[in-house]
Amino acid sequence: MSDHEYTPKSKLGKWFNDRLPILTLGNHLTEYPTPKNLNYWWTFGGILTFCLITQIVTGIILGMHYVAHADLAFKSVEHIMRDVNYGWLIRYVHANGASMFFLAVYIHIFRSLYYGSYKSPREVIWIIGMIIYFLMMATAFMGYVLPWGQMSFWGATVITNLFSAIPIFGEAITNWLWGGYSVDNPTLTRFFSLHYLLPFLILGLVVLHIWALHVPGNNNPIGIDIKKPSNDTVPFHPYIVIKDLFALLIFLIIFAFFVFFSPNILGHADNYIEANPMITPAHIVPEWYLLPFYAILRSVPDKLLGVIAMFAAIFVLVILPWLDTSKVRSAIFRPIYKQFYWFLVADVLILGYMGAMPAEGTYLLIARVATAYYFLHFLFILPFLGKREKTLDIPLSITEPVLGGSVNPAMTKNIKDKV
Amino acid sequence: MAEQKKSKRRDFIFTASYALGAVGVGATVWPLIDQMNPDASVKALASTEVDISSIERGQSITVLWRGKPVFIRRRTEEEIAKAKEVNLKDLKHPEKDEDRAKNPEWLVMLGVCTHLGCVPLGDKGEYGGWFCPCHGSHYDTSGRIRKGPAPTNMEVPKYEFVNNNTIKIG
Repeated sequence: MSDHEYTPKSKLGKWFNDRLPILTLGNHLTEYPTPKNLNYWWTFGGILTFCLITQIVTGIILGMHYVAHADLAFKSVEHIMRDVNYGWLIRYVHANGASMFFLAVYIHIFRSLYYGSYKSPREVIWIIGMIIYFLMMATAFMGYVLPWGQMSFWGATVITNLFSAIPIFGEAITNWLWGGYSVDNPTLTRFFSLHYLLPFLILGLVVLHIWALHVPGNNNPIGIDIKKPSNDTVPFHPYIVIKDLFALLIFLIIFAFFVFFSPNILGHADNYIEANPMITPAHIVPEWYLLPFYAILRSVPDKLLGVIAMFAAIFVLVILPWLDTSKVRSAIFRPIYKQFYWFLVADVLILGYMGAMPAEGTYLLIARVATAYYFLHFLFILPFLGKREKTLDIPLSITEPVLGGSVNPAMTKNIKDKV
Repeated sequence: MAEQKKSKRRDFIFTASYALGAVGVGATVWPLIDQMNPDASVKALASTEVDISSIERGQSITVLWRGKPVFIRRRTEEEIAKAKEVNLKDLKHPEKDEDRAKNPEWLVMLGVCTHLGCVPLGDKGEYGGWFCPCHGSHYDTSGRIRKGPAPTNMEVPKYEFVNNNTIKIG
């Protein structure tokens, strides 16, 4: 992976490394040259890894006390909350951990959108990231069903019914998903099984995500290609490690605030009522992190087209590296794109708010406009803008704009050539 | 020429092997997929009998059948008239009221919104029938979709009157 050869100092280390070069890998990860201008938006990769590990550890513990059965699930969750030692803490960390995980992943994704991290040569990193994001949504959805409260049950009913929109096979597919004719015990047990499996798939994809990242190396705030290693880079350890840890500490303060001071604020009171197939709650609302997609689903008046629009909203993100035709990565040098970027952020926030409101009247109208703009941004504005936008001059190195010229003679020569 | 013929025979063996392999993989994977379909115990609960003797006109009850609510409504003359006078051309999913309620006094249907499966609320909505709170579908007094995202009318299950006081659903 790295250009230089690594030899462990100890004899045992050398013996082992010749047979399994894991120490070379460790050395690669510590020496890994990282752009020196990475800002705090770049710390969310580490934060996300922490979130995944937290969810896996707390989830395995909850699995020791939870009972996946329609008659017992709700009681077993209350048992965890009241009887199990520190059960309340572990469950609140797991439940709020999901929200914190999504908060971090949204910041991570929007950082990529701002600094153009999805562009060549990093398309594969981006696509793996989108698969992770999709699996996260599936995992979170199935996890939310497990407490078997009213929102669990009706959320599961609404989401699984999305598949009934598929022509001809719709009903057979939903019956297959349910293992019956409605959401019931067979649905609960299979969701538990898959909810346990998917995080480990995500973990595997995270390894691929980081591997793919280490081939071209990190993008950076000014979005230029840099020489590695050079005076534009610093080793990952200790520089980035310490910075990531500091950011993680700040993140943990926010995390702890939710866990200890308002553990239920992100949930729904209805989920403390046991599932009842006879009564639908007045407002079925998914968890906050799914709301923008829910708003898109509801803003289309046709069932099948609504489902298609919702999945298309995710799919346009997957093909984003080819929709954005601009060669310039960072929004810093794209004055027009920078404005559209903030429009998109506002648009997604509006969609999220509309997803939480009833689908009628003005709310519905705003959701429809916001849905249209979402697709307009990706399918028309980005391809067109990349061809027309007049971008600003890009520095030749990270050091150049700071020192007004590189002290590196090779770099100076490079500038002369270009001028 | 001889070589070409030989390679063709080899191709046949390859294709036959792949085909056999595909059949084998398919046969192995099928039980892993089919285990998720409704099992024998779920299918066994396919029918239920309901006593309707205590329902007055204008009242409805909800019973559970196959894990889903079933609405049984004894309709008033007014509701029946309202359901019958609708022009079929105005319907998103045209069905005559006579076809939905064989005995016009009794409307039996799955209380499941055909949009995304919520339970609609009775005596609500712009058409005097049902209204789904989830995504705003309005149904008329025959349970037909009139407004909103639901694609079809509420489903009428297979049912029969065992006697004057009992309905068998399923």
